Amino acid sequence: MIKLKKKTPLIDQHNKFGFYANKFGGNYCAETMRKPIEDLSKLFEKLRKDRKFLKKRDHYFKNYLGGETPFFKLENLTKHLGGAQIWCKDVSAINGDAHKAYHATVNALICKESGKRYIAGDTGAGMFGKNLAMAAKKMNLKCKIFMGTKDISRQAPNVKFMRDAGAEVVPVDSGSKTLVDAVSECMRHYVSNCDNTHLAVGSAIGCNIFLKICAWSTSQISRELKKQLIKEFGEIPKLKLINVIGGGSSALGFWNEFIDYDKKHVELIGVEAKYAAPLSTNAKVAVLHGAAQYCLTNKEGQIAETHSLSAGLDYPGSSPLHGLLKDSGRARYTNASDKEALAAFKLITKLEDIRPSLEPAHAWSECIRLAPKLKKSDVLVVNNCGKGYKDKKIYIEQLGYYPK
Amino acid sequence: MKNSINNAFKIAKKENRPALISYTVCGDNTKEKSLQILNSISKDLDIAEWGIPHNCPTADGKDIQNSSYRALQNGIRLNDIFKLVKRFKKTKPSKPMILMGYYQMIFNYGDKKFIRKCKEAGVDGLIVVDLSFPDNKNFAKLCKKNSICFVQLIAPTTTVKRMKEIIKSSHEMIYMISSISTTGSALKYSIKRIIKNYNVIKKIKPSKNVVIGFGITEKTISNLRSADGLVVGSAICREITRSLKDRQNPVTNVSKLVRKLKNKII
Ligand SMILES: Cc1ncc(COP(=O)(O)O)c(C=O)c1O
Repeated sequence: MIKLKKKTPLIDQHNKFGFYANKFGGNYCAETMRKPIEDLSKLFEKLRKDRKFLKKRDHYFKNYLGGETPFFKLENLTKHLGGAQIWCKDVSAINGDAHKAYHATVNALICKESGKRYIAGDTGAGMFGKNLAMAAKKMNLKCKIFMGTKDISRQAPNVKFMRDAGAEVVPVDSGSKTLVDAVSECMRHYVSNCDNTHLAVGSAIGCNIFLKICAWSTSQISRELKKQLIKEFGEIPKLKLINVIGGGSSALGFWNEFIDYDKKHVELIGVEAKYAAPLSTNAKVAVLHGAAQYCLTNKEGQIAETHSLSAGLDYPGSSPLHGLLKDSGRARYTNASDKEALAAFKLITKLEDIRPSLEPAHAWSECIRLAPKLKKSDVLVVNNCGKGYKDKKIYIEQLGYYPK
Repeated sequence: MKNSINNAFKIAKKENRPALISYTVCGDNTKEKSLQILNSISKDLDIAEWGIPHNCPTADGKDIQNSSYRALQNGIRLNDIFKLVKRFKKTKPSKPMILMGYYQMIFNYGDKKFIRKCKEAGVDGLIVVDLSFPDNKNFAKLCKKNSICFVQLIAPTTTVKRMKEIIKSSHEMIYMISSISTTGSALKYSIKRIIKNYNVIKKIKPSKNVVIGFGITEKTISNLRSADGLVVGSAICREITRSLKDRQNPVTNVSKLVRKLKNKII
């Protein structure tokens, strides 16, 4: 079994080739990209130690993204399920409506520092795309967002937002017309424009530097949560942290500060979409988008098609860091179907005031399954990482209504 | 056939022209058709390159993506590719065959098994687009042990320091990417700039065979004729696409195109 290093940030537990546990990650990219990603790595390592840059980041997180997101107990749901206490870390309350706001903002800041004037990113649910478009506008960068045509039509509100913010949305009509194709096309764009364009990869995937920047940015979530837990409980109570996994960026941010805790103390549970579930269905390791990772493939090694009602989860791969957490036994992974996610949305919105998007609805589904089996002293925290408005049309189609 | 790649360059040099290297996708648009195309154009070629289709080709432009898509639609598998290579080499034993692909296809098959199968089939060289230096050291060694040429790539973004390291660890052939680009887009740089980059590489180690590829067409090929070799890929794949669309025979059309390409460099 793989052992994690204590007191070393998860993102830094790689060897000089960018591999975690000699198995996950790496830099499987075209020669053309090598120098640009090496430059970016150097810049990032400098910036993350630079007090001025950190101050700038914190300033943007506070003033532009709205500061700390709320943490509260869901009394009605807790009572209804009759087991563990259920708490919500409501990341969706951020300006930008999802955790992607942290990652997009940091990428725009890094792009500025690098002197590049163009920024390009991929998006599935449109959350990263929208936040990148906003950050680019704020920082005066020219922004291109790559998005599958299937996702453009199912996440229309976010597409409008991107365009209104001045970004160019590039439709990707190849393959399954979803996130996997958008990421490929965005990487092609980078291969062709890496001399003047900064690549912002939308989740904790891609060559080593991209997943590092991503997980470093979203870790703001767990820094806040740790403080909020201590404020509520006076200590870190016995916890289960439940998070949805698409590429895995929100989970990594939600868990980062708790990796060193014993899993009996703080358990980490990742929830994938049932038909896009490499981590919870024993998929093989494959090389996708520049990194070795658990990934759905066919026997020949071609990348498999996935299905999820949720555009943000409709992706065959997973972050190399989740491979590491799985193989070390630090996190466990399960999945939820479209139907289960919809049922969870229905129950949650009946009892509580939050309106999760389809992605966190998967995490809520696992919470609903788990809570009744646990004791009152157990604390379940769910990362409610995205707002539901973008899925309003899908919810209405599937459930017949969208709650007020 | 040991050193058939070196040999091909020697012959071209003797004729005072660059080696002509084609890139087509194995299985495009069917297994048989792709072999027929290669057999038909091989008289004008010095080296044949066959792409292993992958459905997430992050360094390929539209033309090669289309070719790969057609090949995959028609069910091509790695074992078919080895069989087709074997059939090609049976009739053209001295024509060097290089397979080009993405590492996922090899990784999934198993490095060692893949290289063994390549050797059995008669593959002379391998290009793995996304297995760059220094991550490719072990793989390159494994190739060498099996008398397969591992072709390293050098891009316009490659620093001179890195170039020197790459060249040092390279085998008999090096692939220079013409511009900052995926395959298939038009040449982004001036011919002068491309030749300048080429000369930087040649100066470091004149004995290495350096070929230029990405974006070379009928229009530009003659201007680059001072190189050791030139690779034409997307232009050929485009011709296959056009032929299929116009319901013409891709074998005759591609053969005509390759003949024209050859005429421009002799
Ligand atoms: C709200 C929300 N949650 C989760 C995801 C899945 O991505 P990740 O696992 O990287 O957080 C997305 C993706 O777009 C999203 O919008």
